[in-house]
Amino acid sequence: MSLRLSRRSALKGAGALALTAAATGAIKAPAIAQNTPIRLGSVTTLEGPFATGGQDAYRTMEMLLQAENFTIGGRRIEWTRESSNAQADVALARARKLIEQDNVDIIVGPLSGAEGIALKDYSATLTGKTIVNGSSGASDTTLRNPSRNFFRFNTDGTQWMAGLGNYVRRTLNVSEVTVVAGDYAFPYAQVFGFSLEYCRAGGKVNYLWSPLGTTDFASQIAQIPRTSGALVVVHGGTDGLAFMTQYAQAGGNLPIIGGSIMADQTMLSARGPHRRLMVGMVASGPMADVIDDPNWTDFVARYKRMPNAFPSPSIHAVNYATNLTGVIRALKEVNGDLSNNQAAFQRALAAQKFKAPTGADVSLDHNRQAISDIFLTKIEERGGTPMTVAFERARQVNQTLGTPEPAFLALGAPSRNNTGCIAAS
Amino acid sequence: MSAWLRTPVGMASAATLALLLLLPAILPELMPQNQARFWLANIFGRAIIYGIIAMSLIFLATYGGLVSLAQMSLAGVAGYVVAITIDGAAPSIVGGLSYATAIPLGIAAATLAALFVGLVSVRTRDIYLLMITLALAMGFFRFVETNLAWFNGYEGIRNVLGPSVFGLPFRDPHVLYYVSLTVAVLLYAGVLYLVRSPFGLVLQGIRDNPRRVAALGYNVALHRIAAFGVAGFIAGCGGVLATIYNIGISPGSIGLGATVNVLIMSVIGGLGHPIGAFIGSLIFAFFDTFAASIYDRNRFNTLIGIVFLVIVLLSPDGVIGLAKRVGALMRRD
Repeated sequence: MSLRLSRRSALKGAGALALTAAATGAIKAPAIAQNTPIRLGSVTTLEGPFATGGQDAYRTMEMLLQAENFTIGGRRIEWTRESSNAQADVALARARKLIEQDNVDIIVGPLSGAEGIALKDYSATLTGKTIVNGSSGASDTTLRNPSRNFFRFNTDGTQWMAGLGNYVRRTLNVSEVTVVAGDYAFPYAQVFGFSLEYCRAGGKVNYLWSPLGTTDFASQIAQIPRTSGALVVVHGGTDGLAFMTQYAQAGGNLPIIGGSIMADQTMLSARGPHRRLMVGMVASGPMADVIDDPNWTDFVARYKRMPNAFPSPSIHAVNYATNLTGVIRALKEVNGDLSNNQAAFQRALAAQKFKAPTGADVSLDHNRQAISDIFLTKIEERGGTPMTVAFERARQVNQTLGTPEPAFLALGAPSRNNTGCIAAS
Repeated sequence: MSAWLRTPVGMASAATLALLLLLPAILPELMPQNQARFWLANIFGRAIIYGIIAMSLIFLATYGGLVSLAQMSLAGVAGYVVAITIDGAAPSIVGGLSYATAIPLGIAAATLAALFVGLVSVRTRDIYLLMITLALAMGFFRFVETNLAWFNGYEGIRNVLGPSVFGLPFRDPHVLYYVSLTVAVLLYAGVLYLVRSPFGLVLQGIRDNPRRVAALGYNVALHRIAAFGVAGFIAGCGGVLATIYNIGISPGSIGLGATVNVLIMSVIGGLGHPIGAFIGSLIFAFFDTFAASIYDRNRFNTLIGIVFLVIVLLSPDGVIGLAKRVGALMRRD
């Protein structure tokens, strides 16, 4: 009896020892190389609802780093990947671990809006470290209280609507629309971008808001005014699908204008009556499945060679790739030199001008926020599968959509009561 | 006091406290300087801060038999009140207050909110109490997430940098660590004192047999509500520290994930003694931070799950229970 017991406790002790050893082995990894590597950290979302987008982001990051053979300026790039769950606190904990424990020089990330704002604030407390956005698109990450250590080479949710308001008012010649949108931050930003242009061009807008996760839109569909000439649907994922299905079943026939995340694969691959309305849907955003641009064709061809790649890269993959491209180019310019608190590197980052994978020209404004092209897209059936096809681009859209910054800031943050619909007078 | 110090528990407590006080000096001996600062603030500091919130749950569960899932929300109440009222937060909702005023206000708000939670759930027990507190927590979470005017919705309120303590910035890892440690030690001692006081004894009586305690003439409902208030005070202290540690607060800080994490910390540490909260919180902070380095990056949640499963399987009463069991085995050998 006593033998069995001591054996058991010995086993426990050994297990604990092994665990400690494994843990310390993993933690204590002081990198001593002849030529110190550039330590690149990244944060994306590998768990929760955005997990596939996060995986796709790492797929393209790996692709771009492989193309450089993980070496810039004779220095090896050591890449540490971390995962958040789209919550600000978790992204912050991961970024802290990367900067303070793993001692990375640069972080690329995160994926979602609140995380971006949290990391922007964190970056302001650092010296000699740089955070470059991944795919997050909240305006305030760079518009209000910007941090000198935070750079964003992708456009934000408001910018993504550039050109759409004018297209609906002038080209489609629709004088009144009804916006049906989710009642949270991202749709607010998108509706703001749309309304700003559309109302300025003399259009009239009715708004119908519904909380995230709404499944029954019947009463809302009944409220759509008869005078509307088109529907602007700014929902994402399953909300958009539920609305479109019910609208189609109710016999709705208005032309559909979509927000930037309406035309994603959730909507396009789902079967149902909504498909009748989806084909021909016009939307705008930073990318499309089909863009007539050699840069994009080349990027997609390389992307498709990656293991488990989707038929077309996701929006997160494109945004992470755009941001990483900025980092790689700046690192090359300074020949991998991150000395002097990264002063030269950050200057090079801020001065970057390059073509994003989509072929859009990217440069940064004084808040280190991207000025770039936005695509107008239409859904077309190609070979039996619906795809978003870019047919026009709004060139060099800045964060305030051409409004002077003080005037834009004076409009206040987008919300359901601040839709950006200020009629031209 | 000196007699207590000579008991094994007393000696162990004193040794642990000494170790924790000397930790900022010990860590740099074990690892490079920057990693030592990381461990101090983001492993031990974080463990202490979330340990305080977990302790509020353990206090309720162990001495009142009340397993509440609302503790993280109550911490959030304190955090949000501070974020809303202090000067310099972004966006500024009310602003204008100094930390010296905002922090007591936040803790008072958490205590009041906790009394309300107690009032609502006073007639329920066990699984029903769990459900009703979960419902309140999720209700508060959704409210905060959709309300823009007061809570800035999904994006939350950032830039809560914390006060300076004796002229030193709160963001310094040493300041963060020592302030958290001081608060934790005071609350821990307070809990141990309270459970020996007449109030604590009545509370434990209620846990074991509410009818008998009622027959003795005590007001059972009032004691339960008061216990919630005490736990809310503790959670509020933790919530203020967590908000400053996270440089702000957003709905994700009080969502379902965060709520369940507090329960996980308490269970792996061990419902049974307040120290379990801090042990559980330390294990949680360690694995939450390093699981991705130890194990496959895409699957690191599996490792966290397995560790917690193993602890709970080996010892249903957490690490404390494990320690007790090993101690008992040693004596039998």
